[in-house]
Amino acid sequence: MDTKRFIARQVVDLPKSGIRDFFEIVSKMKDVISLGIGEPDFDTPWHIREAVIYAVEKGKTHYTSNLGLIELRRAICDYVAAHYGIGYGPEDEVIVTVGVSESIDLILRALINPGDKVLYHQPCYVSYHPSVALAHGVGLPVTTRADDGFALNAEDLERAWQPGCKALLMNLPCNPTGGTCDRARLEKIARFAVEKDLIVISDEIYSELVYDNAHVSIASLPGMRERTIFLHGFSKAFAMTGFRIGYACGPADLIEAMMKVHQYSMLCAPILSQEAALEALRRGEDDVKQMRDQYLRRRDLIVRRLNQAGLKCAAPGGAFYAFPSVAATGLGDRDFAYGLLEAERVAVVPGGAFGPDGRGFIRASFATGYDQIIEACERIDRYVQQLAGRRT
Amino acid sequence: MNPVLKLLIEGGHLTLAQMAQVAGLSEAEINQHLEELRKEKIFLGWRPVLDLSRESAAAVRAVIEVKITPERGGGFNRLADRISRFDEVESCYLMSGGYDLLIFVMGPSLQKVAAFVSEKLSTIEGVLSTSTHFMLRSYKEGAFLIDAPAGASARLKVTP
Repeated sequence: MDTKRFIARQVVDLPKSGIRDFFEIVSKMKDVISLGIGEPDFDTPWHIREAVIYAVEKGKTHYTSNLGLIELRRAICDYVAAHYGIGYGPEDEVIVTVGVSESIDLILRALINPGDKVLYHQPCYVSYHPSVALAHGVGLPVTTRADDGFALNAEDLERAWQPGCKALLMNLPCNPTGGTCDRARLEKIARFAVEKDLIVISDEIYSELVYDNAHVSIASLPGMRERTIFLHGFSKAFAMTGFRIGYACGPADLIEAMMKVHQYSMLCAPILSQEAALEALRRGEDDVKQMRDQYLRRRDLIVRRLNQAGLKCAAPGGAFYAFPSVAATGLGDRDFAYGLLEAERVAVVPGGAFGPDGRGFIRASFATGYDQIIEACERIDRYVQQLAGRRT
Repeated sequence: MNPVLKLLIEGGHLTLAQMAQVAGLSEAEINQHLEELRKEKIFLGWRPVLDLSRESAAAVRAVIEVKITPERGGGFNRLADRISRFDEVESCYLMSGGYDLLIFVMGPSLQKVAAFVSEKLSTIEGVLSTSTHFMLRSYKEGAFLIDAPAGASARLKVTP
């Protein structure tokens, strides 16, 4: 029987992930140094893991409130107030979700009527466009550029905007580009959002990992709290990817709408992950600082070495990805990445996997040890030289 | 902060060449920084971290709590220095609490360590008492876990 014909159109229409086929090849190869990994190489700090073991011993194995444990929501509100300067109420302005990914899905499903439009910048995280499409929305990509540090500009938003646009989905610092926005740019974006009456969905999962300027949340700007859903989680800063735990903060009406979807689809985030998150907020600040310090040194190392190798690369303002151009090699990003893997066994992700504007770039994660970065850069250097030799 | 000190505190196991790469300096400059740290007596030297229980000529190790009489003018320093100079003594600390010095000693056999305690350490004038604890097994050594089950924490090779 042809079961394919039963599959919903919006699922059939989803593009194949640009990472998946690459992953298939890499996973079968040996001795690969991977700069293709979008998660911290650090293990979750032991005190957090130990807190989970204790929680199991204490029998914390039940459902929690749909919104999440109240102690955790209080801790989240304290953390967001202290670090981002935004005040939220733990009773009705926070929801704990299965990673930021679930939060994105919830808010899109809560907001979008079929055909509503959502602006998102790209290159961007692989799930943005599919999440909009699955909610029956229409994604409007907004270009960001290497010569501008992949920051988001109000002018580009203006150009991409169309009538029927309801929300702006943004991720600063950005995976894959490491792009960030300073306050002045954010203020312009905020004015644009107010003028066009948009809800801003701000995914700030990498916001602890900024290296040059302090992070500013768009939700903290005047008039923005009421129209922003602030999304954050524990995966990156606390090295807790596998715990799948994140949260959304925002106006009570929107959180309530997200909760409606969440209660019927997920019920609640796993209690053990919630316990882990609580421990992370209570005693994890030093871990975050240590990891950030090391990411900073790795960033400087990889950016310097990639530029030396002839791959033009600006220092990313945040996250743990370098996003160099491979244009100088004469190859496209896919050919470069496959060629590099074949010739030197180094895995990087072709930039096109993150949207058409990512073409001509590769994403090289520096969430890996110094020795691996050094060796990988030596191999990249060799590969680029070999390509240059082939052309002359 | 001295860039080399930062990397040393981080606790990685980088070669000088790797340190040079990470810090964006030449190896000569790394050596220079190390030399500075040595002059400031911050960097004392390198020591390997060994699990000698895997070696047949296993060493015996003990921690010894020592009570001593403090002296006018020097406190505990003169005696602590005198005890520290024995080759058997790996580390020596002045402690708060029920005793004064905590010393870590190592010897080729139980008898040798026992002899050190009874013949050398406890006979020093000013040493009031010793309490020796032999180490039975090491679970963590210099930040390395010993015999910890290998974690199944391998990351996928490519993730978004």
